[in-house]
Amino acid sequence: MPVRRWSVVPVPQIRSGAGRIISVTALVSGLLAGCGGGVLNPAGPVGQGERTILLDSLAIMLVIVVPTVLCTLAVAWWYRASNRHAAYAPQWAYSGRLELLVWSIPALVVLFLGGTAWIGSHELDPAKPLSSRRALEVQVVALDWKWLFIYPEEHIASVNRLVAPVGVPIHLRLTSASVMNVFFVPQLGSQIYAMNGMVSQLNLQADRSGTFHGLAAQINGDGFSDMTFEARAVSPGEFSAWVASTQSDGAPLDAAAYRLLLRQSARIAPYTYRAVTPALFEAIASQELPSGEGPRLTEANDIGSTQEK
Amino acid sequence: MLGKLTWQAIPFDQPIPLYSAGFVGLMLLAVLLWVALKGYVPYLWREWITSVDHKRIGVMYCVLALVMLLRGFIDALMMRSQQALAFHAAGYLPPEHYNQVFSAHGTIMIFFVAMPFMIGLMNFVVPLQLGVRDVAFPTFNSVGFWLTAAGALLVNISLVVGEFSRAGWLPYPPLSELQYSPGVGVDYYLWALQISGLGTLIGGINLVTTILKTRAPGMCYRRMPVFCWTSLASNMLIVAAFPILTATLAMLILDRYLGFHFFTNEAGGNAMMFVNLIWAWGHPEVYILALAAFGVFSEVVSTFSGKPLFGYRSMVAATMSICVLSFMVWLHHFFTMGAGGDVNGFFGAMTMIIAVPTGVKVFNWLFTMYRGRVRFSVPMHWAIGFIVTFVIGGMTGVLLAVPPADFVLHNSLFLIAHFHNVLIGAVLFGAFAGYNYWFPKAFGFTLDERLGKAAFWCWFVGFYVAFLPLYAAGLLGMTRRLQHYDQPQWHPWILVAGVGALIILCGIALQGAQLFVSIRARRRLSVPMGDPWDGRTLEWATPSPPPAFNFAVLPNVKGEEPYWGMKRKALEAMHLSPEPSYQPIEVPRNSPTGFVTAFFAFVLGFALIWHIWWMAGLALIGAYATFVVFAWRDKVEEVIPPGDVARIDRANRAARALALQEIHA
Amino acid sequence: MSASDVTLRLPSSPVALDLRPAPIIEPSEATGHGEGGPAPKRIVVSYGFWIFLLSDIVMFSAFFAGYAVLAGNVAGGPTAAELFDVRNVEIETACLLLSSFCCGVATLAVEQRYERLTQVALLLTGLLGLAFLSLELREFAGLIAQGAGPSRSAFLSSFFALVGLHGAHVTAGLLWLGTMMAQFYAKGFRPDICRRYFCFSLFWHVLDVIWVAIFTIVYLLGVRT
Repeated sequence: MPVRRWSVVPVPQIRSGAGRIISVTALVSGLLAGCGGGVLNPAGPVGQGERTILLDSLAIMLVIVVPTVLCTLAVAWWYRASNRHAAYAPQWAYSGRLELLVWSIPALVVLFLGGTAWIGSHELDPAKPLSSRRALEVQVVALDWKWLFIYPEEHIASVNRLVAPVGVPIHLRLTSASVMNVFFVPQLGSQIYAMNGMVSQLNLQADRSGTFHGLAAQINGDGFSDMTFEARAVSPGEFSAWVASTQSDGAPLDAAAYRLLLRQSARIAPYTYRAVTPALFEAIASQELPSGEGPRLTEANDIGSTQEK
Repeated sequence: MLGKLTWQAIPFDQPIPLYSAGFVGLMLLAVLLWVALKGYVPYLWREWITSVDHKRIGVMYCVLALVMLLRGFIDALMMRSQQALAFHAAGYLPPEHYNQVFSAHGTIMIFFVAMPFMIGLMNFVVPLQLGVRDVAFPTFNSVGFWLTAAGALLVNISLVVGEFSRAGWLPYPPLSELQYSPGVGVDYYLWALQISGLGTLIGGINLVTTILKTRAPGMCYRRMPVFCWTSLASNMLIVAAFPILTATLAMLILDRYLGFHFFTNEAGGNAMMFVNLIWAWGHPEVYILALAAFGVFSEVVSTFSGKPLFGYRSMVAATMSICVLSFMVWLHHFFTMGAGGDVNGFFGAMTMIIAVPTGVKVFNWLFTMYRGRVRFSVPMHWAIGFIVTFVIGGMTGVLLAVPPADFVLHNSLFLIAHFHNVLIGAVLFGAFAGYNYWFPKAFGFTLDERLGKAAFWCWFVGFYVAFLPLYAAGLLGMTRRLQHYDQPQWHPWILVAGVGALIILCGIALQGAQLFVSIRARRRLSVPMGDPWDGRTLEWATPSPPPAFNFAVLPNVKGEEPYWGMKRKALEAMHLSPEPSYQPIEVPRNSPTGFVTAFFAFVLGFALIWHIWWMAGLALIGAYATFVVFAWRDKVEEVIPPGDVARIDRANRAARALALQEIHA
Repeated sequence: MSASDVTLRLPSSPVALDLRPAPIIEPSEATGHGEGGPAPKRIVVSYGFWIFLLSDIVMFSAFFAGYAVLAGNVAGGPTAAELFDVRNVEIETACLLLSSFCCGVATLAVEQRYERLTQVALLLTGLLGLAFLSLELREFAGLIAQGAGPSRSAFLSSFFALVGLHGAHVTAGLLWLGTMMAQFYAKGFRPDICRRYFCFSLFWHVLDVIWVAIFTIVYLLGVRT
């Protein structure tokens, strides 16, 4: 069954001037995309839908913005005081018709874009399933300063590496074991907050194989910049092979291992767990398991803290 | 005895803060010594520190803003250089310092540069434009300023005693809770903002009352200058929004100090509530700044086009609707929190609606220039630069208001580029336009034009070189606040942005040079008549600088643009209106209340940060005692005898009569 | 253009100026809306104080919003129904309302310049306010003693903060009241002291309004659920 793609917003019939603007933005996005990675080079339907809506909105706004900027500069230059050819109307300060125009142009643009925003918010809502195809369930726990990916149906877990098969929707449920975090793979699409005591949801899909950069997008402490991860999309056969090899190798994620994970650490190279305590994610999300401790104080960083030394 | 304060609080082992603090300390000492040795202390105490004159207070606000701009900009340079160096490398600022630098940068720029600058301009100009002698509560005005200065002092002290917050300019919990930020950094932030927030609220109450209840005879609402309308909207927003900030920061203080659970992870705290509350304040805050800046530009564009502002009623309607709408859009700061399609869609649509009155304003400025006679003075450079820059920034704002677009751009450098685009393009450009425009009114001489224009171009070009690459980096997936990164495609953009920051540095240096050169050449640049720009509003009717009482006789306002009407009448009749009969004028007495209150506030804040409870108690008692002493005053006003009033006013009239003669000669 | 180049432009077409004299309005009637110039001090001071009160109400609203969000987060601890003593709240309310009544009497006395009545009414206002405060402090101490202090749960945090904020305002009000009584005693019914007193009475009455909202939303609704 084909994955339902978010349909392109029909761009209304526009004059060639605007057409030039659109081709410029396409050129720019092509240039940037060519530099690799990022929002303009999406690898999945969610990212594609978001790129489309972004570029369409940009084109519509440029239709207003470019003439406005040019007019401003032209008017200022033509009506400069030294230009005696220009008319001077020192009493002219009101025109009903112009007022109507001036209110209605922004209003119409905003009405259109507002409608786009409303539709887009629903179509691309992170919690909305991408298709009726069975999704791969992944549970995500944000820790200080690494990402834990639990595969509840495969009973394995992975740290700092999210592996998924191409063409299969991924249903992520996220929580945090410490502070507020944001999960983001720019080339796959939407970000979502991961918060302690709550479960947020995100649906993504990769339509081509590759390794995509993943990061945390909310300041969460000193290890923030190190909290990157790999999102790796592989063929379904490779994915099954990876699951199988993970299940046969490595340590289990039990209470003791989780307690070690809770400690603040950064720059963790990706590794896996061959088994996971059942309902571990639910225990974390419901705060049955306590959240991670904060910084452990040393002589060096203990400036006026209230903790016992 | 001294709570948590020990010698460890001073960063002896960290060269950067130690040496910079040492340098600043030495400079401060040198300045204070020079002031003392030259005998300026009594003058400064009498004429500035204890002054309750809105003009003096306005100037002091602007001075505070300019000084803090330097500190905030140095933070920016540090951030840009760290990011330029830290590609596949650690850079020179470890995360625990880098995180303080960006937190301080944002906090300082919003609370101690943008706000004081706008409030300073409004304080100086509004009573003059309204044709009255001062704001409604002059002594409270002084209290408000000095409390803001006390907050700024606390933030600066954190550089050398302790540390600053590492949680960003808005400290989201649970990161800002005691568990994850056990040091004093967040406490410095909280108390500095509570103290200065109180000062801002006092100023807001003052200006709202002034604009609504004290205006010159005949100045009904539709004769008020547009700057006064935007000041009214801006200050109404202050009164309505700042209490939310006070409450939210108070909740975080209760969590950190008394073990409450408003936003903690355990015991049922709700961190999302902080995000909602803080942005319910945060969004009106940016309109507080933007509306004031729009007012400056309305005045500047109108004056330098030689025409009244186009669409006065439309501008007022747009201003007041922005005022109301700004309370209905706060969720667009966290679309990615997962509120669902309906909520995200609603707030996205509302955010776009607020772009309508803003667009209307831009068109009205355009039509003001149309069929005018545009003079490209320095303020007009800033105004045109603003229109171009702000329109682009507004456009990216509308893009971010589309939730699906925001889902990939939230917290990225695209966002950073957007809000710097609008904050620098509108607020900072507005500040500089207002500064150049009203400087001659405040000091009696204009600022050097050539250096002013050079500074503008450096800022304008520098801004685009610094921030357009950040749009690109954001689109390539780079998030904000990164202390180091490994993605090669981001690096070239960051390098270019660093160059842009250096160009802006040139702009700032040129502004410093402009001030220095202008002061030295003040005789050549003086404005004897007090009206260098052929102004249209009442402040230009006074001498430059205006006397303490502003107007010898409150003007009788008969139409819009009253001063313009007065000038035309004088030109037609070929002489000035007859001399008024001079009466004695009561002006409020100077008072150290503001300065002393702020001193106790600073001590209170410092004591609470370091848990020195006895000192905090003493400071509270001191503050209460100051209040009682202020209330016990018997003599609150001074009378300026009619002879002095006459002398000052006759000098003003003589200068204007001379100018009139020169025109007809 | 140099600073001394003042350009006053001749009008391009003559415009009739309104040269009728402005109507004379007595200074005491000036509303500040432009007709007669700035409003008299009495109006300006009370208007400014009203604006302050509105801002204070906004601050309370933020705490009310926090309470509404967190009221259900009892973290497995005691709930409102288990903790609140409505009888005590009724007595507190009576004290505060009576205190406001005495404040009203004092206001009338100030207007009529009756020294003795003013001081007596203000004293009663203060004593009743103190009674309110001590009942509230006793309630807080009792709650803390039974392990239901503000650090027990988010619900209790928001309760203590909201009700405590009101109590802090009452405390500040009592300090202000004491100062006003001293000022009346030392300086009599000077106009500026009377203006300040009027602001105090506004403050005191608004605290009553806030209290009504608190005992309705926090206590009465809390006990119901």
